[in-house]
Amino acid sequence: MRKLKELVIEKLILICGLASIFFVALIFLFLLKEGFAVFKAVNPFNFLFGKSWYPISDPPQLGILPLILGSLLVTLGAAVISIPIGVACAVYIAEVAPAKTKEALKAGIELLAAIPSVVLGFIGMVTLVPLVKSVFHIPTGLTALSGSIMLAFMAMPTIVSIAEDALYSVPKSYKEGAFALGATHWQTIRRVMLPAASSGILAAVMLGLGRVIGETMAVMMITGNAAVIPRSILQPVRTLTATIAAEMGEAVVGSEHYFALFAVGIVLFIISFAVNVTADLFLHKKER
Amino acid sequence: MVTIGVGVKFEIHDLNIWFGSAHAIRHVNIEIQTNEILSVIGPANSGKTTFLRTLNRLNELYANYNITGEVELEREDIRSIEIGELRRKVGMVFALPLPLPLSIFDNVAYGIKMHDRRGKKELEEKVEETLRQAYLWEEVKDRLSESAFKLSGGQQQRLCIARTLAVGPEVILFDEPCSGLDPISTAKVEDAMVKLKEKFTIVLVTNNVKQAARVGDKTAFFLNGELVELDKTDRIFTAPQDKRTDGYIRGKFG
Repeated sequence: MRKLKELVIEKLILICGLASIFFVALIFLFLLKEGFAVFKAVNPFNFLFGKSWYPISDPPQLGILPLILGSLLVTLGAAVISIPIGVACAVYIAEVAPAKTKEALKAGIELLAAIPSVVLGFIGMVTLVPLVKSVFHIPTGLTALSGSIMLAFMAMPTIVSIAEDALYSVPKSYKEGAFALGATHWQTIRRVMLPAASSGILAAVMLGLGRVIGETMAVMMITGNAAVIPRSILQPVRTLTATIAAEMGEAVVGSEHYFALFAVGIVLFIISFAVNVTADLFLHKKER
Repeated sequence: MVTIGVGVKFEIHDLNIWFGSAHAIRHVNIEIQTNEILSVIGPANSGKTTFLRTLNRLNELYANYNITGEVELEREDIRSIEIGELRRKVGMVFALPLPLPLSIFDNVAYGIKMHDRRGKKELEEKVEETLRQAYLWEEVKDRLSESAFKLSGGQQQRLCIARTLAVGPEVILFDEPCSGLDPISTAKVEDAMVKLKEKFTIVLVTNNVKQAARVGDKTAFFLNGELVELDKTDRIFTAPQDKRTDGYIRGKFG
């Protein structure tokens, strides 16, 4: 009887585990099947590096370079803003802050992570967008820069909490060793703590950026959604994610436009997969 | 200029230490002479490591730490010495070899660069000199750029000694430096200590009573935060005044 129970539970768990893999595989296959259909109409090179995205003109022009550049520009901008602030914040929480401040800050960061992205996008639209417009004297505040700033806020909680964990798990003996040599607190942080936690911090950064690349709602609301190759960060852009979200509802099922959107999904999938694998490599390097 | 064998290095008067409500050190008075090795023995929780960490103010990393009494380094209150300077003068070697995640060369160069900047050539000379003092140079001279983690435990510990020496200390604190080492590595570290005594003052905390007997000029016995007895090592081990000391060194408790 006991043996039977063991067996049943074991198989149940096995089925649950397999199911999750099975569904992921299904999603992936569906994505590939629908996405690759577009390459009957346009070759992969022209699809990836074509300069114009006019999916409903006749014949449709399906070049996603403006979208890729839009995503990269917004992500890069978000990285430039969120990495220094996020890492500095993690150092402050892990190393400098007194216990009470530390608790308050950690709670605050978690709260930031809990804000739905559409709410952040909405707040950005009514506060940040007019601000960017008036500061830079440009015709519209719906720009890549606004998107970057907003996304930086979204990447920050991930970066801060994982980087803080990495710093916290540096053996205390390293710190004592550095202090015993007469190092100041800053020297200890810069020369010992940060290098020792570097793989964890890199993973934190990659995971934060992964979130930024996949983010849809907020960027759609505040980047202006113009599918043109951006010349500066103060221009409207459209990201890969926003394109899918905005156009999927209107695309005729089975049209080239429809298949092209799936192919955009594949590109997005490859990018975030690469980012996650990189993050994973860094995390595992730490364990070794 | 260090005057060999003369003078008091550390003077500790009525030292009391608490961690929260736990009274870790009780009314301890000790003088540590220049160029001697003072061995500190005692069972676990006797306060010997706490005592050692008082001398370079490393206990201050703990939040609920309290101290009363006087600790003077060459007649100057250690709390009035700038903390980086104090820790340069009073170096420390830990129980587990603790190389930094850097190359062998950089482990030694780290401390030197921290306290004064010098040219590449000078830096290399200083690293070599320091590694020689720690009796490690011959074993590592061809592999200075390798990670310090590739060294054996005993070599790592001597590397840590070299790193401590590199910043130019006057006193070296050893916190059970051989607890993780095999007997041969232990012997090498002990040799290094005895030779280092010519230039430095050494305080050695050890769980190994025989080690205290081998290398210490004087031995202090701590029990429950109190200094039970402090005397020349051969007197402690042949004619202890306190029967608790006698019991401990004979292995009757602790």
